[in-house]
Amino acid sequence: MANDEERLQAQDLGYDPNFVPDPVKTFVVHLYRHIREKNVYEIHQMYETSFQTLSERFFKDTPWPSVDAVAQYVDNDHVFCLLYREMWFRHLYARLTPTLRQRIDSWDNYCSLFQVVLHGVVNMQLPNQWLWDMVDEFVYQFQSFCQYRAKMKNKTEQEIALLKQFDQAWNVFGVLNFLQALVEKSTIIQILEQEKEGLEQFTSNDGYDYNGGSNVLKVLGYFSMVGLLRVHCLLGDYHTGLKCLEPIDISQSGVYTIVIGCHITTIYHYGFANLMLRRYVDAIREFNKILLYIFKYKVYHQKSPQYEQILKKNEQMYALLAISLSLCPQSRLVDETVNSQLREKYGEKMSRMQRYDDEAFAMYDELFSYACPKFITPSAPSFEEPLVNYNQDAYRLQLKLFLYEAKQQQLLSGLRTFLKVYSTISLAKLASYMEVDEPTLRTILMTYKHKTHAVDSAGKIISNADVDFYIDDDTIHVVESKPSKRYGDYFLRQVVKLEKVINEMDSIKLE
Amino acid sequence: MGREAAAAAEKGQGGTAYTVEQLVAFNRYNPDILPDLENYVSDQVSSQTYSLESNLCLLRLYQFESEKMSSQIVARILVKALMAMPAPDFSLCLFLIPERVQMEEQFKTLIVLSHYLETGRFRQFWDGASKSRHIVEAVPGFEQAIQGYAIHVLSLTYQKIPRTVLAEAINVEGLSLDKFLEHQVENSGWVIEKSQGKGQLIVLPRNEFNDPILKKNTADSAPLEHVTRIFPILS
Repeated sequence: MANDEERLQAQDLGYDPNFVPDPVKTFVVHLYRHIREKNVYEIHQMYETSFQTLSERFFKDTPWPSVDAVAQYVDNDHVFCLLYREMWFRHLYARLTPTLRQRIDSWDNYCSLFQVVLHGVVNMQLPNQWLWDMVDEFVYQFQSFCQYRAKMKNKTEQEIALLKQFDQAWNVFGVLNFLQALVEKSTIIQILEQEKEGLEQFTSNDGYDYNGGSNVLKVLGYFSMVGLLRVHCLLGDYHTGLKCLEPIDISQSGVYTIVIGCHITTIYHYGFANLMLRRYVDAIREFNKILLYIFKYKVYHQKSPQYEQILKKNEQMYALLAISLSLCPQSRLVDETVNSQLREKYGEKMSRMQRYDDEAFAMYDELFSYACPKFITPSAPSFEEPLVNYNQDAYRLQLKLFLYEAKQQQLLSGLRTFLKVYSTISLAKLASYMEVDEPTLRTILMTYKHKTHAVDSAGKIISNADVDFYIDDDTIHVVESKPSKRYGDYFLRQVVKLEKVINEMDSIKLE
Repeated sequence: MGREAAAAAEKGQGGTAYTVEQLVAFNRYNPDILPDLENYVSDQVSSQTYSLESNLCLLRLYQFESEKMSSQIVARILVKALMAMPAPDFSLCLFLIPERVQMEEQFKTLIVLSHYLETGRFRQFWDGASKSRHIVEAVPGFEQAIQGYAIHVLSLTYQKIPRTVLAEAINVEGLSLDKFLEHQVENSGWVIEKSQGKGQLIVLPRNEFNDPILKKNTADSAPLEHVTRIFPILS
C-alpha cells in the first residue's frame, strides 16, 4: 500500500523515494554496523554530523529514501528500520510540511518503536542526544498534530474522513500513556533514588550501561519525565508537570544536562510552570542559571543543528525573566552578566510594565505571547458544521488568566514606591498620598502581603518581598530590606572549597 | 495498557481496595477512572477533606473528553479550591477549564469571589457569598476555611489590628466575635488590648512575616543537609 502511494508521489513530486545515492547506502550500512557493535561514539558522529551533511547535500527539500529502499542494505532489520523511519519523519517535519497521512504513519512508527523498547528486547546502546531527540520530537509532533487538527475550517473531505478513521493517532491518552509507560517500565525513578544511596550507577555513567546491557529503556524513561513536564505545560496543568519532573534534582547536574537541548527544555518549562504558579523566585533563580550557562557555552554549539533552537529559547527565557522580575522585583538573584543582557533587551519594556497602566498590560501581553509554550486543545474536534478553527483557544485562555493575575497586582508597584521612601507612615497619610480611602488602603496592603508570600511545593509560606512591612494599629512600619549576611552558608562553602584545593595540591606530583 | 491495569484493579479479590489516591498516582491517564474521581469529589465535600491531585486529574480528563464534563462537579471543585487559599489552587483549576465554560453564570460568580479574596476585599467577598448561598452552602466548612485564610493574611500583615477590621475580615460581630476572640486568646496566643477610646485592639502572635526580628533569625539558618556536607572534611 505504502509503496504504491510513494510511487504516485514520485510522479507528483518529481523525486524518487526508491533512489538511494551511494553515500546514503554507505551511511546506513555503517550506522547499522555501529549499532550492532554498540560503538556509541561512531553512532553519535554519524547521527549528529553525517546525517546532517547528507541531508544538506541530497535532501534539502525532499525526504530521505523510503525505508523499503534501504532495508535491503541492513538485513531488513526490524528495529533498525524503525529507527531509520523515526529519523526519516523527523527530517520531513523539519524541512517540509507533513501530510495528514504522514502524520498518522509517524504515530504508528512511534507506537512500534516504543512497544519494542517497552518489551525489553532492545539490546543497543544509543547516544543520549538521539534518545533525547526521540522524546523531544514525539512531543513536538503531538503538539503539531493538535495545532493542525484544531484548524478545521479548511479541511478537505478526505482529511476529515482520515481524521475520523484514525482517531487513535496522536490521541492525548496514547501520548501520555506511552511516556508514563517508559517512565514506569524503566524503573528510572527507583534507579535515581537508589543512586542517592550509592546502590546504583546511572548519572555517573552518563546513563550508559557498562554491564553488557542496553541504555535505551532507562534513558528514554528518564527523558520521558521531561517529556511529561512539557506535555502537561502544553495542557495548562503546571502542578502535575512539576510533579512529573520531581525525581530529577535540578539543583545539580545530571543526565538532563548532558544534552543541551534537554537542559534548556527542562529549565524553560520548569521556569514557566513556576511563573504560572506564582513562585516567581524559583522561576527567576532557574532562568538566571540557565541564561548564564547559555551565555558561557553557546559558542561550543554554533555548528550543531540545535543552535537555532538554543538561541530561540534563550530569547524567550529573557522575556520570561523580564516578566517575572516585573511582577516580583528582586535585587540579588540575577547575575551581573544576565542582568546587563536583560537591561539591553527588555530594560525599557520592564520599566513600562512596572507602571501598570494600560500600556503595561500590552507589554505583558506581548512578552507572554512571545515566550509561552504552544498550548494545545487535547480533545477531539467536533465534526459538526460549521467547522471552525479553534487552535488559538488554549493560548487565549492561558494569556487571559495570566493577565488577570498581573492586573490584580496593579496597585502594588505604587505601594512599593512609597514603602521604599518611608520607615514609618500612618495609614491616613499614605491613603491620602495614594488617593484612596483608608479601607481601600488596608485591602491594598493585604493584597501586597498575600501576593508576596507564595506557597511553595511543600505548602510552606515563603516571602519574596524585596520591601516588607507590618501594621501596628494604624501605623505602617517598613522593614528594611538590607541583604542579610548569610555567614553560615558562606563558611560552609569556603570550607568545601579549601578542601578541594588542598586535595588538588596533594595530587600534584613534583618532579 | 492503562485500561487493563484498571480492570485488574477492580477485579482485585478480597484484599486491597484501590484508593482514589492510588488510582491518581499510578493510573492517571486512564479515562475509566473518571467516575471514581467524580465520586471522590462528593466524598471530599461531605467529609470535609481535600485532594488537589485528584481534582486536577478529573479536570484533565474533562479536558480530554469534554462531552463528559459535569458543571456541577466542576463548581464543587472550584469551591474546594477556594477553601484551600492562600494556595493558588483556584487558578490551577481555571487553567484547565475551557473559556466558554468559565462564562457560565455560576463560574463567573466564583471567579469574582476569588478575585475579592485575592485582593483582600473581604467585605465585598462576604457580601457576594451571601448572595450566592446556593453555591457556597453546598460545601460544608466553607465559612471556616475562608475565615482561616482571612486570619492568615491578617497575621502576615498586622502586629496589632483594630477589632472592626478583624470583624469585617472574618464576617463575625457582636457576641459571636467576643466568643471567637475568647477562644483565640485561650488557644492561639492572641491578646486583647484596650485602646484609648478607639475600641479593642487585638495583638496577634509574632511570626517571621509580621516581625522583622524573627525574620532575620530564620534567614541565616543553614539547612542540615548543607552542614552534613562538611562532616567528612572535619573528621
